[in-house]
Amino acid sequence: MTDLPLDPVAIDVGHLLHRTVTSLYAHLVTRPTGRAVRMAIETQLEGMGDRSLSLIDLSEVSVLDFSCADEVVAKLVGHYAAAENKEAFFVFRGVHEPHRDQIEVVLERQSLAAVGETTPGRFELLGARSAEEDAAWRTVETRGLLGRDDVEEALASPALRDALERLVQRRLVYRSPITGRVHALSRLVAHLM
Amino acid sequence: MQVISVPGSLDQQSVDDFLDRVAAAENARCLLDARHVRWVDPNGMLALLLAGAAVCARQGTLPRLELPESMDVLGYLSRMGFFQEAQGILEFDDKAPRRGSGPSDVLLEITPIRANADVHAVVDRVQGRAGVLLDAKLGYPQTAVVPFSVILSEVCQNVIEHADGPGWVAAQAYNWARRLGRWVVVISVMDLGRGFRGSLTDEHAARYGDRWSDSTALEAAFLHGLTRFPDSGRGQGIQQIRRQVQRWNGSITIRSGSARIGQYPEWDDAPPMVDALAPFPGAQIGIVLPAKEGDSQR
Repeated sequence: MTDLPLDPVAIDVGHLLHRTVTSLYAHLVTRPTGRAVRMAIETQLEGMGDRSLSLIDLSEVSVLDFSCADEVVAKLVGHYAAAENKEAFFVFRGVHEPHRDQIEVVLERQSLAAVGETTPGRFELLGARSAEEDAAWRTVETRGLLGRDDVEEALASPALRDALERLVQRRLVYRSPITGRVHALSRLVAHLM
Repeated sequence: MQVISVPGSLDQQSVDDFLDRVAAAENARCLLDARHVRWVDPNGMLALLLAGAAVCARQGTLPRLELPESMDVLGYLSRMGFFQEAQGILEFDDKAPRRGSGPSDVLLEITPIRANADVHAVVDRVQGRAGVLLDAKLGYPQTAVVPFSVILSEVCQNVIEHADGPGWVAAQAYNWARRLGRWVVVISVMDLGRGFRGSLTDEHAARYGDRWSDSTALEAAFLHGLTRFPDSGRGQGIQQIRRQVQRWNGSITIRSGSARIGQYPEWDDAPPMVDALAPFPGAQIGIVLPAKEGDSQR
C-alpha cells in the first residue's frame, strides 16, 4: 500500500479566468471575478474524492487585488479547513512579490495560513502562524519528510512538536494515515512544476 | 437662474467649497460659471460632473455649464474625456472641443464606474501607461504598477459595492513644482450613491447611538474597516489602500455627506477630520501619490 493516498493536480488560475469568466478579462480583480474562479476550482475539487492536494497556479496572473485574493485564496482555504467531509490540501504557486502582500493580508485577516511558492522553487508559510509553527514547518520543508521516529530528533522541544500537530490539523503538512510520516506539501507537488 | 461660481483653481483644495455651494443651491435653475477656471485636476472635473448630476436629480433639469475661457483648460478637459461624460448631465455650448484620436498623455481619462466590467477596463487601461509614468515621473520601481492597479481596482469597487450608484474615476500626473517641488499622481473617484453613513447605518448605527453621523461612519470604515457585509473578508479595501498610500508617502481623503476624513503625510497639513460641510450625496475620494524624495528633477 502506498504512503500517499493522494493524486496531486495542478489548477492554472490564469487559464480558469479566461475559460470560466471571460476571455476579455486579463486580471484577477473584483469580487465577482474571484468568486467565479473559486467556484470553478471547487467544481474541480468535487471530482477529486475525499482527500485532495491541489497546486493552485497564479503564475499567469499579472494583477491580483485584495477582493480576489480573499475570494480565491482565503475563502478556498477557509472553506476546506472547516470541511469535515473532505480533506483538501493546497499549495499556491506563483505567489511572487506583486501578489504576496494581498495573499498574506487576506489570510491573516481570517487567521488562516497556506503554503506558497514565493520565488521560483522556494516555498514559505504565508498568513497567520505562530513562531513555533513557522519553525516546525521549515523543518519539514527542509527535510521534505519526517518519519515517526525522526520527530523527536528534528523537533527538540514539546512546543515545536505541538506546533507540528497543529500544522497537520491546519493541513499545512500532510501526515500519511498509513505510515504516519509527515510530508512537506511542496515535495508532493514538485512533479507538477 | 442661480449662478454658482466655479473656483479658478478647481482641485482637491477647493472642491469642498464648490460642492458646498452646489449642495446649498436653491430650487432655481443653476448655472455653473466656469469661465474663469484656469486650472482643473481630476477632483475638479469629477466634482463638475457630480454637481451636474446632483442638481439634475434634485431639479429635474440640466444645469448649464458656462465653459472655461482658457483654451488650455478646454483642451485638457477634452483630452480627459470630460465633455463626453458631461453629455446628459450638463448643458453646454457646442464649442467644446472634441477629444482627439492621437496618442494621449493622460494617465486615466474620466471613466464611468457602473459595473465590475468597468473596473476590469480601468485596470487594463492603466497597465502600459502607469508603468512608464510611475517610473519616469515618480521614480517608483516598474513593479509599482501592480499595487497602483490594485489601489484603482479597490477604490473603484467601493463605488459598485457600497455606493449602489454610478460613479467616475480619473487620474493624471502633475508637476507640483510650487506646492511640493515634485511630481505627483492625482487619483479621483466620486459617486452620487448612498455614502458611507447610508451604507453602514443598518449594521452599525445602533452601536454608536447618538454619536452616529457622517464623521463616525467615515471613521468606522476608514479607520476600523467596518462594512455592512457580515463576511469577515470584507472591509479591507480601504484599509489596504491607506497602507499602500502611506508606503508611498501619499495622501488619501474621503468626503461623504457632511464630513471629510483623511490620512496625510508630513507635507500636507490638512486636518484629519472636517465636519459641518454641506451634506452632499455619495462619496468623493482623492488620492495623491508623490514622487520619491530626491526625484525632484523628474
